[in-house]
Order: sequence, then C-alpha cells, then structure tokens
Amino acid sequence: MWNQILTLFSDYTFQIVALGTGFLGLLSGVIGTFATLKKESLLGDALSHSALPGIGIGFLLVQSKELIVLLAGAAISGLIATGLIHLMSRKTSIKFDNALSLILSSFFGLGLVIMTHIQGSSNAQQAGLDSFIFGQASAMLIRDVRLIAIVAVIILLLVCLFWKEFKLFTFDPDFGRTLGFSERVVALTMSTMIVLTIILGLESVGVILVSALLIGPAVAARQWSNRLSVVVIMAGVIGFISGISGTLISSIGTRIPTGPSIVVVLSGFVLISLFFSPKRGIIAKQSAYRKQKKSIEQQLQVLKEGQGK
Amino acid sequence: MSIITEITLIAVVVSIACALPGVFLVLRGTTMVSDAITHTVLLGIVIAFFVTRDLNSPLLLVGATLTGVFTVWAIEALQRTKLLGDDAAIGVVFPLFFSVAIILITRYTGDIHLDQDTVLMGELAFAPFRRLTIFGVDVGARAFVTMLVILFINAGFIGLFYKELKVTTFDAAFAAAIGFSPALIYYGLMTLVSLTAVGAYDSVGSILVVGFMVGPGLTAYLLTHELKKMIGLAVLFASINSIIGVRLAFALDSSIAGMIAVVTGTVCLIAFLFSPKKGLIKNTLTRRREREAFDRKINEIN
Repeated sequence: MWNQILTLFSDYTFQIVALGTGFLGLLSGVIGTFATLKKESLLGDALSHSALPGIGIGFLLVQSKELIVLLAGAAISGLIATGLIHLMSRKTSIKFDNALSLILSSFFGLGLVIMTHIQGSSNAQQAGLDSFIFGQASAMLIRDVRLIAIVAVIILLLVCLFWKEFKLFTFDPDFGRTLGFSERVVALTMSTMIVLTIILGLESVGVILVSALLIGPAVAARQWSNRLSVVVIMAGVIGFISGISGTLISSIGTRIPTGPSIVVVLSGFVLISLFFSPKRGIIAKQSAYRKQKKSIEQQLQVLKEGQGK
Repeated sequence: MSIITEITLIAVVVSIACALPGVFLVLRGTTMVSDAITHTVLLGIVIAFFVTRDLNSPLLLVGATLTGVFTVWAIEALQRTKLLGDDAAIGVVFPLFFSVAIILITRYTGDIHLDQDTVLMGELAFAPFRRLTIFGVDVGARAFVTMLVILFINAGFIGLFYKELKVTTFDAAFAAAIGFSPALIYYGLMTLVSLTAVGAYDSVGSILVVGFMVGPGLTAYLLTHELKKMIGLAVLFASINSIIGVRLAFALDSSIAGMIAVVTGTVCLIAFLFSPKKGLIKNTLTRRREREAFDRKINEIN
C-alpha cells in the first residue's frame, strides 16, 4: 500500500494531475470563502451549469477543442446567466432561488442540445467534449496545469492587493460605500474571479461538482476561526489537500472518478469541522449546553435547600 | 401510434407531473432544495439498485424517494446548527450524496444499463421502447404509466390538502396558529418532489427535472395573482412547452429533454419581459411614470 503510494508520487502523470487539482482546490478555497461569506455560494452552481452551452458554441465556432476558446465561451455564457439571474430577482418579484434554478436548468438544457447536436455531426474532434459535464482530471496536460497556476497566481495577487476592499464589501458594503469605494468595481472584480475559478475547474471536476469546491473549504475553515485572514488561508490549505488526496484516491483505486472523490474528501473535512471544532462545533456546543443545564440545576438545588431551612 | 406522438405524450405527462408540485415550490422559493433533491435521489436509485438488482422494481422508487426526503432533513439539520449559511448547507449536502452516487456507478455498474449519462441526462427518445407488461399484456411505455400514476398522486395530494398547502405556503405562522403543521405539509410536498424526480429520471435525467418543476410554475406566477389560475396556467404551459420542445428536438436532432428545458426557459423569459402584471417592461414603465408624476408634483410645489 505505502509502496504503491510512493511509486505513485514519482509518477509523472500523477504529479501533473495532483498539482493541477491541488492548485485548483487552493484557488477555489480562497475565492469560495468570499462567495460563501456573502451568501452567494449557490450562484457558483448556476454559473457552472450554465457554462455548458458556451463550451458547445465555442467548439462550433472553431471546430476543434481549443481549450482557451472553450473556456472563453464558458465564461461568457456563465456571465450572461448570472446577469439574467440578477436581473430577474432584482427587477421583478421573482425570488432569487427561482431565478437561479430556472436559468441553471434551461442553460444546462441548451448545453445538452448543443452537445447532442455536435455528437450527431461528423467532426471527429468532438470526442471527449462531454467530459466537461463530469470532468476528467486524468486527461490534464502540463499546459492545463500551467494555465491553472498562472491564473491562480494572478488571482491570489489580486486578493492580496485588494484585501481591505474585499473584506469591507464582504462584511459591510454600506460602510464601504460611505467611505467612497465603488461597490460596482469591487463586486465586478470579485465575480470575475469567481467565474475564472469555476471555469478553470470545469475541465477537471466538471460542471456539476465544481461549485462544491467553492463552498466546502470555506465552510470547513469558517468553523475554526473568526478571523478572515485565518479562514481564507485555511480554506486554501483544505482545498489544496482535498485536491491532492482526491486525486490520490482515484489513482490508487480502480475506476474511481477524480472529481467526486475530491468532493468526498472535502465533505470529510466539512463534517469533521462541523462536529469537532472546539468553539463552534456541534459537540462542543452540546457539552456547553449540558454543562449550563447542570449548573442551573445545581443552583436551583441550592436555592431549594436554602428555602427548606 | 407513431413514435413522435408517443414521445410527446410521455413528455407532456412528465411535464405536468413535475409542474404541479413546482407551483408550490415557486411560491415558497425553495426551489434550490428541490434542485438538491433531484441530484441526491440518484444515490437512492443506485443503492436501491444494488439491493434489488432491477431497475424496474417499485422498491427502487420507494428507496430513492426516501433518499430525497432524507436530503431535506439533512439540509434542515445543517441549517439549524447555524454554523453555515442556508444556501451553503444545500451546497454541502448535495455534492456529497451526488459524488458518492457517481463513484458507486462508475466503480460497480459500468457495464449494465445504469450508467451516468442516462441517469443524468435521460433520454426521452428511448422511452417508448421500454414497455410495461402486466400479466403478459402490453399496457404502454413504462415511463408513461409510471409518470401517469405519479401525476395522479401529485394531483390527488394537492386536491386533498389544497387548503393546507395554501395556508402554509402563504402564511406559515398563521397556519401553525390554527393548528396545521407547516413542517408536515412541507415534508409531504418534498416527498412528492422526490417521488416525481425519481420517476422522471430515466426520461429527462436528474438535472433537468428542476427546470420542469420551476419553469411552468414561474411562468404562471408572472401572469396571475390567483393560486388556482396559477396551477391551471402551469399545467397549460407544461404541456405547450413539451409539445414544442419535442418538435424542435426532432427537427434539430438533439436531446429532447434538453430542448424542452430550453423552450421552458425561453417561454418563462418572455413572460418575465412582457407579463402585463409583473413583467420587467411593465415594472420599468410604471416606475418611470411614478417618477415623472412625482417630479411634476415637486415642481408644482416649487
């Protein structure tokens, strides 16, 4: 078992894929923290589903699987969908959830229509295009990892640079406005970063599960600290570890897809954090509750004895 | 009966069965919970399949429906801890269940007919070929019969508990005060949602089901203020959408369920733009007229 893991770590393909998913986890952990704190985490779900038609149209335009074109298409259709959702939920009485699920499913439907249409055509290039639905981390190439790494570095630099602004608008946008910051610019930067992160994850984790990468690390990290900087760093680390261990599991086992196994590892982190975090955790809270109950009962007992005398 | 007529018929029945509980989901704004359910029933289907080894077993329907209800419970339990946001709770639960389901499918059932593509995307085009025979008599396409039964169950539930559904949807506190349990009705509704999602998965797949539920209801919501009219309109739109969708899919040789989802979305967007009651254009015009009237008044005062 350990031997197997050791040889795996020196395996070139594994190194590439693990590095890619690790970076991806790191990036989505950091970005996801802001999205989750702003309670916009499900928007990521809608965004990733609605990227599918963009991938299809991108392919139709250039007739080959040029990654950049496909990802650009994905980003554009994802942004259109997000715009529609905001328009529907802000300008009319439609509830946010309803707009989200409607746009999510109709865009995904459009994606399927385009994909099936492409499959019916005679272009041999199209094989593997549907791997975007479930993701195929094992097909990752060195240039994909390089792309992920470059975008990750740029985004992380942006986060460091605009740390104060992001923090301000995550917790108190009204105060930010009174200080003279433009909410629109900050919001746009942040959504662009979320879109980029999701788009990068599409190829390896797939449209259905990529949103889990945004939510999971943030929720897990949030349980251990009340400081934004600590939460962001922890979320990045948790995302990184989940990415690598998910890849590891899927490489050791036979026929275990990478995306889902990353999500399972990540969910493990989430559950452990929810239960065992020393301050906020479910177990800590229950024992505190029990202690409190006991102390009240004792006080009552003392009172009663006092009255008896 | 020609294949295209039969497919249209199945599509209409599936759409109406989905649209009925959808009306109440739209009014409550809990459609993302139903989105989670439609993903997680997959786990139920897979586990029940391992037990029964038969995709046609009614036990599959029961087991998978229970998974959906369990999902609702798990999401609510997480939300009650207040350790994470309401939407994050949804976003934590369904990817986990869904991932376990996908792992089980790819690992153990790769070469039997439970593969991830059919379960997720469904294929209405094959639905007429899967027949249901009872005592050797061909009673129709299995999807058609199953969904017709589910349609009647949904309609029956709404008919029987119409008053309760209405009061818990619009004023949960009042409902609790006069002795109806909002939680009980909510779980009843969510059981229907799970049952419908399970029944529909092999024809429309588990991702598009949510569109079939939300779309017609939301379109109807934009056009009327009355619950009864809304249900009627939702059923009407569900039928129209699926008839148009099937025709278009045949014309373009593409995924039928996907096309119906596209038509549903488009019709809803049209209602969103042009609805004479709650549409975007109407709202913008009203707002502009009010602003002008206000400006005029201010001018008069000055």
